[in-house]
Amino acid sequence: MASSWLPRWFYQLASPRWCYSITGKLIPWFAAVGGLLFVIGLVWGLAFAPSDYQQGNSFRIIYLHVPTAILAQSFYMLMAIAGAIGLIWKMKVADMVAKSVAPLGAALAVLALATGAIWGKPTWGSWWVLDARLTSMLVLLFLYLGVMALNSAIESETTAAKSTAVLALVGLVNIPIIKYSVEWWNTLHQPATFKLTEKPAMPAEMWVPLLVMVIALYLVFGLAMMLRLRNEILTRERRAGWVKELLGS
Amino acid sequence: MAFETFAEFLNMGGHGLYVWLSYGLGLLTIALCLYIPIIQGRETRRSLRRRIQRESVKS
Repeated sequence: MASSWLPRWFYQLASPRWCYSITGKLIPWFAAVGGLLFVIGLVWGLAFAPSDYQQGNSFRIIYLHVPTAILAQSFYMLMAIAGAIGLIWKMKVADMVAKSVAPLGAALAVLALATGAIWGKPTWGSWWVLDARLTSMLVLLFLYLGVMALNSAIESETTAAKSTAVLALVGLVNIPIIKYSVEWWNTLHQPATFKLTEKPAMPAEMWVPLLVMVIALYLVFGLAMMLRLRNEILTRERRAGWVKELLGS
Repeated sequence: MAFETFAEFLNMGGHGLYVWLSYGLGLLTIALCLYIPIIQGRETRRSLRRRIQRESVKS
C-alpha cells in the first residue's frame, strides 16, 4: 500500500493479529455494558413504559422489533462496506468482517420479520401483508441468505469474498427502499419512530427505553460479530507464526 | 410500573401471547447468536492446538 492519506488505524485494522488482540480487549466491555443496558431496556420496556392508547400492551413488541430491524439494516451496510474495502484494498480482515456479519444479519432480519408478524396479528388482524415495507425486509433476508450460500458454496476464500462483496453491493439499493417504503407507497406499516431531524412522535417514557434497547442490541450483536471474527481470523491465519505462538504455549 | 399485579403483567391486557412469543423468540435468537460462536471458537482453538503440537513433535 503506497498511498498514506488514510489514517494509521485503517492500516492497523488490516492486520489480523492487531484485530485479534483489540477485539479481545473490547469483548469484556461490550459484554458488560451491552448486557446491563439490555436488562435495563427489557425491564423498562416491558414493565414500566406506559401502554399505547390505541394498541394497548401489544405495542411493547416495539422494544424488540425496531432495534432488530435497525440492526438488520446497519449490519447489511457494514457487510457491503467491508466487502467493498476487501475488493478495493484486498484487505483480508475486511473480507472476514463481511463473512462474520452475514449470519447475524440474517438472524436479525428473521427476528424483525417474526416480531413484526406477531405484532401485526393483534394490530392489523393479519400475520403478513404483501406491502412495500414487509416485502423489502424479506428481500433483505434473501440477500443475507444469498451471501451465506455463496460463502459456503465457493471453496476459495478470495473468490467467495469477491462474489459476496459484489452481491452485497448490488443489494445495497434495497436499503433506501426499506427506509422510504413507508413514504413512497401506501402501507399499513407505521412511519419510522426515530428520525435524525425531528423529535420522536411518542412521549419520552416510550422512546427512551427504545433507544436503550437499540444501543444494547448494537453492543450485544457487535460482541457476537467480534466472536465470529476472531474464530475466522484464527482459522485463516492458522499457519501464521503469531497464531502458533498464541496457541502453542 | 404500568401494571398493578403480576398476573396483569403476564396477561398484557389480553395480548400476552403475542408479547411473550416475540420476546421468547428474541431471547432465544440472541442467546444462539452468542452461544454458537463461543462453542465454535472453543472447537477451533482445540483443533489448532492439536495440529501445532503434532507439527512440533514431527520437527
